[in-house]
Amino acid sequence: MATYTYTPVPDQGAKAGVLAYLVVSCVVLLLMMLFGLLMRMEQAQMISIGALWFYKIMTLHGAGMVGIVALAGAAIMWHFLRQYVDLSTGIFMANLILFLTGVVMILASVLLGDFHAAWTFLFPLPSTSMGMWSPGAAALFMGGLLVIGVGFVLLHLDIARAIISRYGGLGRGLGWPQLFGPDDGNAPPPAVVASTMVTIVNLVGLVAGASILVMMLVNLYVPSFEIDPLLAKGMIYFFGHVFINAVIYMAVIAVYEILPRYTQRPWKSNKVFLASWTASTIMVMFIFPHHLLMDYAFPKWFLIMGHIIGYLNTFPILIVTGYGAMMIVYRSGIRWDMCSRLLFVSLFGWAVGAMPAFIDGTITVNYVMHNTLWVPGHFHTYLLLGMVAMVFGFMYYLTKPNENAPDSALDIAAFWGFVIGTLGFTMSFLYSGKISAPRRYAEHLPEWVPYDKIASYFVILLIASVLVFIFRFLTRLGLASRDYQRASLARSMAT
Amino acid sequence: MQETAWQVSLVLMLMITFGVVFVAINSGKREEEYGPLVKRAYSFRTKLFWAVALVFFPAMIYNLFDLPYSAKAVAGSGPAQVINVTGHMWYWEMDRDQVEPNQPVDIRVTSADVNHGFGIYDPDLHLIAQTQAMPGYTNVIHITFPREGTYRVLCMEYCGVAHHNMMTEIKVGKS
Repeated sequence: MATYTYTPVPDQGAKAGVLAYLVVSCVVLLLMMLFGLLMRMEQAQMISIGALWFYKIMTLHGAGMVGIVALAGAAIMWHFLRQYVDLSTGIFMANLILFLTGVVMILASVLLGDFHAAWTFLFPLPSTSMGMWSPGAAALFMGGLLVIGVGFVLLHLDIARAIISRYGGLGRGLGWPQLFGPDDGNAPPPAVVASTMVTIVNLVGLVAGASILVMMLVNLYVPSFEIDPLLAKGMIYFFGHVFINAVIYMAVIAVYEILPRYTQRPWKSNKVFLASWTASTIMVMFIFPHHLLMDYAFPKWFLIMGHIIGYLNTFPILIVTGYGAMMIVYRSGIRWDMCSRLLFVSLFGWAVGAMPAFIDGTITVNYVMHNTLWVPGHFHTYLLLGMVAMVFGFMYYLTKPNENAPDSALDIAAFWGFVIGTLGFTMSFLYSGKISAPRRYAEHLPEWVPYDKIASYFVILLIASVLVFIFRFLTRLGLASRDYQRASLARSMAT
Repeated sequence: MQETAWQVSLVLMLMITFGVVFVAINSGKREEEYGPLVKRAYSFRTKLFWAVALVFFPAMIYNLFDLPYSAKAVAGSGPAQVINVTGHMWYWEMDRDQVEPNQPVDIRVTSADVNHGFGIYDPDLHLIAQTQAMPGYTNVIHITFPREGTYRVLCMEYCGVAHHNMMTEIKVGKS
């Protein structure tokens, strides 16, 4: 039964492991953003690093960003999930160690071995280098990805174990008894539902990704072990799509957990919420053909499935999670601080980025926009202004000195710099896609250069803002592990 | 098509922006009783769901009628002119580079090494068609060039250090 009374939950400090995840995230995120700026400036002809370095940086930027947002998302998920189930700190730390090991392998592969086959490692490019890198460099890169993947498999297996142990099964973690039966009000909280979904899809996605990586590693040294390039592409995009999408579903737990503390309103796992998460579990796994719409060799039904699910997938984002956040904030008396601002704007970023994304998944649109800058335009919107905003919101939450601590003018300026910088940068991407500029080009034709220049200035604004966020987090790190009231309580009409 | 995608995206993004700004502006004064507000919000959400469904579902179906995978939708008359294309690192091999306008063309695309993307740009540098060039597979673009001119071909799938230089041309008509 639905009740709308909020039961206060004490704010808990973060474990050392969560803080280690977040500190690593800050460092790598900033470095990858600087790499992104270098690429845009190269396309804008503001610097000259050459094609080889452009593609090496592009490979690092892709792999680094995917990995680091997954790490940051896992930190958020683990922090809140452990307040409901019994998670292993050892496995959580093992994932970090494996991650860092993988990062070193990838850095060595690219910086020392000149590997630059992009993070998508499409078969057979890693083994067909035209003498630009050695099989050893390719093996080091794919091995690095594999090591990182193994870490996340271990983490998700531990989460699955903990949820099954506490709730009796993954179906129960998704709230299926309440979804398909009477809603007794005992469905797991949103953090558990989201973690269950992420665990299911990521385990399936990671197994597919690890399988193709192992196949390609064998092929690298035993070419007679042949791989169908179309099968390889399908497996890579299945893994890649699931893994990068899962990061948003991990990070949104911060919104589910923190916004209710600010608004003093509950975020309920009701039937609509549960239905939407079960639908998302299925759709995230079956939407991936929208990456393959220009591979005519796939069966037509498979490609049409990608088109249809692309449209359906917008419903849970817009109608359930996005709308839910609006509902909880509307006439709530919420006190805006850096945390609540960033979490609120993150839902905006997610929803607004999903629009050009589903349009790109329309087959007739994809025919003239696939692999143009339209694609990084939409995914940078929902990852940067969506997922990464959730991460920074979480960091501000952990390090807020007390519930009434005011924000400095610098932080507020950085918030607006972040929003304007991201929107300016992503809209430049989208406009470049509209005028058909291809993605992943080290050199742009003169017609495309003006928009690259505009984008570069917005990226500089964005990075300057992120520097403030990171500086604030690192200088207040000592506060993050303590248990005390952080969230500012909503204004009451009576006060 | 790109113009439509851009305009539809802008309209949808602006509608979301208005909704978010409206909520932010109306977040200051607290309505203590959340239950009645939730009931009103759920009622509005049902309407919103149907409004979105009524726009999205017809759009989703409508856009399935003109898929590029078959020759049926191609305009023009006469037998198809055929171009056989093979992508190599880092050049395009084509058995002809001149076709007639207003007459169907079948462009049969494959690759000799890694994944490439065969993207056709019109004389105004707008992407008008593409398919992936896959080793071991042949994808066919069915197209009718509506006007004479020089159409550029660019690689649309990252294929290594000279990916951005992998360009060629198709001449349509006598030009």
